[in-house]
Amino acid sequence: MKNNTYKYLMIAIFLAPALILFIGVLIAPIIMSVFYSFFDMKSISLKGAEFIFLGNYKELFTSGSINVWRALGNAMLLAALSVFLQLPLSLGLALMLGKGIKGERGFLSIYFMPVLISTVVIGQLWRKIYNPDYGILNAVLGLLGIGDKMPLGGWLGNEASALWCVFVPTLWQYVGYHMLLMYAGVRSVSPELREAAKLDGATDGQVDWYVVIPSIKPILKVSVIFAVTGSLKSFDLIYVLTKGGPYHATEVPSTLMISMLFERNRYGMGSTIAVLMISLCFAFAILISAAFKEREYGKKHVIKK
Amino acid sequence: MAKNMSSKNNFNLDQYQVQKTNKVLKVLIYIGLVIWALIDLFPVYWMFTFSLKSNEEVYGTNVMGLPKDWLWSNYSTAMTTGNMPLYFLNSVIVTVSSIAICLVAAMMATYALTRIIWKGSKTMNAFFMLGITIPIHSSIVPIFITLSKLKMVNSYWAMIIPYSAFSLAMAILICTGFMNDIPKDLDEAAYIDGCTLWQTFIKIIVPLMKPALATISIYTFLQCWNELMFAQSFISQKKYRTLPVGIQALSGQHTTDWGPIGAALVIATFPTLLVYVFMSKSIQESFIAGAVKG
Repeated sequence: MKNNTYKYLMIAIFLAPALILFIGVLIAPIIMSVFYSFFDMKSISLKGAEFIFLGNYKELFTSGSINVWRALGNAMLLAALSVFLQLPLSLGLALMLGKGIKGERGFLSIYFMPVLISTVVIGQLWRKIYNPDYGILNAVLGLLGIGDKMPLGGWLGNEASALWCVFVPTLWQYVGYHMLLMYAGVRSVSPELREAAKLDGATDGQVDWYVVIPSIKPILKVSVIFAVTGSLKSFDLIYVLTKGGPYHATEVPSTLMISMLFERNRYGMGSTIAVLMISLCFAFAILISAAFKEREYGKKHVIKK
Repeated sequence: MAKNMSSKNNFNLDQYQVQKTNKVLKVLIYIGLVIWALIDLFPVYWMFTFSLKSNEEVYGTNVMGLPKDWLWSNYSTAMTTGNMPLYFLNSVIVTVSSIAICLVAAMMATYALTRIIWKGSKTMNAFFMLGITIPIHSSIVPIFITLSKLKMVNSYWAMIIPYSAFSLAMAILICTGFMNDIPKDLDEAAYIDGCTLWQTFIKIIVPLMKPALATISIYTFLQCWNELMFAQSFISQKKYRTLPVGIQALSGQHTTDWGPIGAALVIATFPTLLVYVFMSKSIQESFIAGAVKG
């Protein structure tokens, strides 16, 4: 390095494209979203928009017609199902594959495939599966002799069934994603450790429970964070399947945001929902990390004693 | 335990034999794995079959089986009246441009962050890593407003700029891993030979980053090829529709004609599956790398 000015100039040049993109598209918009959320914007211009400070937030949480609580409730229900149903299934598959079974790679590749297929394609496919007249779900139920089980209005058209019908493909698509992460963790557990446990007389189940699962905890943490924040952000499949309907039965924060923006032109309220979603995502990520840390610390403490 | 073993003459070896995996359990495991594999494969199989069927077959005579008459005309319908070639081309343009911009920006930034020694490089790296946790939703309003004011809502750039920016953090993360593996001696040798920082970057580092380029491209490809929210919100003109938006429009037009829709779904999915068949391992690894470090 000839001199410092040259060095810093070069650093600036190397960083410039990334910084411009990053600040322009990610950082500045967050600040602007917070700013917009204080205004009652009826058009894309701030001119004529009334500054109402927390007015949007107040309306968001109290208005019965927006009903953000239902959207949040749906997202939280999806998060809970994701953590307590989807992740255990993924973990089960990962543990089974991790035993070094024949055809391991083939299974792995099949399980991961739905993650790669466009969510729009998956959504359209499931719309056909649920189709009230010619859908495969009714056909299968018909073969089982319970063909008359479809609720009034169709699987996706009935307020009671729509939410569950939307959740099934959402959970299904990402089982393979979490499985892949967990499988990578399971595979990194040293064979010596497994063998040692087995020499001590541990059964397969015990090896998994006492050796493998504790050692893949960091990955489980990542999976739980992705599952919860992913549920809070979920959009594509719900948009394709129901657009939040019927009668807002399947509304989640992001579909609510999009309808505020592009159906009702309420840009201030849309920003408010965006700010709410970012805050919740960060809050949950921090909370989940803290919960996992607490446990790890607690365990070490016990061992020391 | 070793002491016990040597001191006891009547030591029973069987007692210490490794627990073998139970045969019944093994069969059960296989059954479980196969069932889930079928659950994953069935929708895709069904998509391929109904893309080649007539409505008659789909609607009753042959719901789940292989098509009796292979109706390739569904594909030509999707191509002609469905505008699939246009949507496909748009997706390619948007995806390739996003990957290119993301790669250049990420490589340059990573070079400054990992190969040049300066105060604040760690902080800058942490700053970029914030991007991994920021959801794409957070910026939709300001970006939409800015694009509208610039009259850029219906354009390729409306997608390319956000896509490349949102892929950047992960790209830098992956790049950092690969660049740290390149020995620092190379930079020093280049410096002694009189190379400037820029020349070192272009002549030494970039050629050695090929595996990273593949990983980042795969990752970014999947993000851009499948993105719906921005594309759906920003693009209203047919001219700029990408595949996800195009398929949405198509399914609105052909609600009763299943064959052409199926064909469109296959056309949109085929490139991804093709890439996956050939590169399944590196695709999986790029996802693992992204998640474990993120």
